[in-house]
Amino acid sequence: MLGVARRRLGSGTVLGQLVQALRPTAAPASTTAARNYSAAAKEITVREALNSALDEEMSADPSVFLMGEEVGEYQGAYKISKGLLDKYGPDRVLDTPITEAGFTGIGVGAAYHGLRPIVEFMTFNFSMQAIDHIINSAAKSNYMSSGQISVPIVFRGPNGAAAGVGAQHSQCYAAWYAHVPGLKVLAPYSAEDARGLLKAAIRDPDPVVFLENELLYGESFPVSAEALDSSFCLPIGKAKIERQGKDVTITAFSKMVGYALQAADILAKEGISAEVINLRSIRPLDRAAINASVRKTTRLVTVEEGFPQHGVGAEICMAVVEDSFEYLDAPVERIAGADVPMPYAANLERMAVPQVEDIVRAAKRACYRAVPMAATA
Amino acid sequence: MAAASFTTAKFLAPVAARSGGDRAPPLPAIGAASARPRRGAQKTRLRTALAVSSDVLAGNKVVQAAAGHLAVTREEALELYEDMVLGRVFEDMCAQMYYRGKMFGFVHLYNGQEAVSTGFIKLLNQADCVVSTYRDHVHALSKGVPARSVMAELFGKATGCCRGQGGSMHMFSAPHNLLGGFAFIGEGIPVATGAAFAAKYRHEVLKQSSPKGLDVTLAFFGDGTCNNGQFFECLNMAQLWKLPIVFVVENNLWAIGVSHLRATSDPEIWKKGPAFGMPGVHVDGMGVLKVREVAKEAIGRARRDEGPTLVECETYRFRGHSLADPDELRRPDEKSHYAASDPITALKNYIIEKNLATESELKSIEKKIEDVVEEAVEFADASPHPPRSQLLENVFADPKGFGIGPDGKYRCEDPKFTQGTAQV
Repeated sequence: MLGVARRRLGSGTVLGQLVQALRPTAAPASTTAARNYSAAAKEITVREALNSALDEEMSADPSVFLMGEEVGEYQGAYKISKGLLDKYGPDRVLDTPITEAGFTGIGVGAAYHGLRPIVEFMTFNFSMQAIDHIINSAAKSNYMSSGQISVPIVFRGPNGAAAGVGAQHSQCYAAWYAHVPGLKVLAPYSAEDARGLLKAAIRDPDPVVFLENELLYGESFPVSAEALDSSFCLPIGKAKIERQGKDVTITAFSKMVGYALQAADILAKEGISAEVINLRSIRPLDRAAINASVRKTTRLVTVEEGFPQHGVGAEICMAVVEDSFEYLDAPVERIAGADVPMPYAANLERMAVPQVEDIVRAAKRACYRAVPMAATA
Repeated sequence: MAAASFTTAKFLAPVAARSGGDRAPPLPAIGAASARPRRGAQKTRLRTALAVSSDVLAGNKVVQAAAGHLAVTREEALELYEDMVLGRVFEDMCAQMYYRGKMFGFVHLYNGQEAVSTGFIKLLNQADCVVSTYRDHVHALSKGVPARSVMAELFGKATGCCRGQGGSMHMFSAPHNLLGGFAFIGEGIPVATGAAFAAKYRHEVLKQSSPKGLDVTLAFFGDGTCNNGQFFECLNMAQLWKLPIVFVVENNLWAIGVSHLRATSDPEIWKKGPAFGMPGVHVDGMGVLKVREVAKEAIGRARRDEGPTLVECETYRFRGHSLADPDELRRPDEKSHYAASDPITALKNYIIEKNLATESELKSIEKKIEDVVEEAVEFADASPHPPRSQLLENVFADPKGFGIGPDGKYRCEDPKFTQGTAQV
């Protein structure tokens, strides 16, 4: 899609040189460029953050247990549950047969009856086999029983696109689950998010859908001593301002936060100060934080990886129109994945998922800067 | 021996030897002689095969128990009678109320199947769990939910067991460990398996043991459900993890308008238990004493941590699938055949024959139950509708989960919390 931009701009202009330099990459570059941190800060990967959160919560409360495919002897399909089987035994770390509907229902039934299960889906694509239990048995039960049966369960696993895994392994389910009242839907980005939100999810008395991202598992982030403490929890329903700005608000969640931060760096060089909001919580959505930011900047770009129609960006746009319409100086820009099942070929996959330059272009459009059209080929 | 206890029913034990990691016997070559010795079958407990062909389809009577073998005391007999009459009178009243417009939506009545609910649930403790389907009114009553709570729930009133939030198909009662009430067939089976898992987990991991043994869970579901994937997934996992659960199939031969025989490749559901390594039992579901005897053994197995059992109760619903079902597809002779085995009449005859009580005592029980149900209707009628604020309550157990309000604080801290954005 940059082909047209390159032909039109050549390399004569600053913009053209910038566009020439932006070669599409399959995986995000390290996001550490956007951050300053002292050399003494500890860094952990998202994988280590999740593992430590699981470990601490299982240690603190014996009614917490983990079940899913390959979580035990295989140490986790993505090694998130490494070491937990040895530490807690097969009664608390259960390798299940390949029966999502069955074992998710078993988790829900156990939650009805006083335990605190964590159900791992190898990817959230497989949760579609169990979605009846997530929505009908878990999300709706506290309401149907008028408060008698609460369901303190966590459904977690990687969500969204990975690298070259094809259409059936790449869908983002944030919009699907965030649609349902009775579920809480969280999407961590950094290691601190992963730790704090997972611990909050496990302690929460309601069903939580915890959307991780496979490509973030290996990324390292600095964490404070406070975040490493075993009582560290982040509040559910509150977003984080990852980067302060005053010209345009960019909302994102999960991997797209990293892309948005990179885009903000690029925009800063062009004199556009972007405020990046890491949503953290898709349901409940932190409407107050989003609106406060938009009232300050007057422009909004929503970024998500999933399909555009009926997506998270559409909801954010409406939330802003409902509460802060008079403050908007430009139409809300929505960046989402392409409206196609994920293709396999690497170049097509790159085009089907938002890239940093898409966010940059959208932010410029929102700021009424001249921007070339995206290529149609 | 557990095998000997299932005397009034046909019983098929798992035939392949599983202990000590034996390999399963090799499959016979096509065309080979059909008689193949069952390796190790006689040696391990529960492995003696008493497989007999089911005469469900042929319509023959199931093997009758030896008279006098079904020991039941006078008190027990009267308790069973009262519970079955309560189920019948209540359901008949539901039909009346539905046609008068007091009840609405989907209502599925249990007439004719009372022997299964009474036979099983009256053996349970308060700590044992029951998980049911949409045909759950009588399971709720048998488990101890007061008739007035169930009726008020059906009327959609604030005094119902779920304050009118659930309705006919979603009966929940935490104090009675009634964990639903599910509309999707098969949905309750994994939930029940999970409750059984929790019971075993509490016993083994949390070390909260009771002298009575493990808390047992009963999963009730129908013949149509037995073709659903979740059923098989849970048979597998329940046996794999040896969970204290009894899978109770209420085979009333019809799934709305589809006969069991038209939907199922092998209609003998009880045989599917041994395929997963658990005993499968078939019992005449119109005889409460027969059901009770099978239930005693199955529940006992679970309580002693011997694992799950699959019990198929051949029963019949006297009314249509729901009150909206015209019930035109079932033949009149089939209906009259089963009407002749009305479980309540059968128990009444048994009680009188065995001199456990007089006819007038049974009549007074019937009168008492009619009063209870009448009172339940009056109570439900007089009860208030839910207040408008109830619409937004109980979405989450944690009210902060309802999100952040426009003033940036948690919405539950807003005195106008229940107004929300919906213009109620």
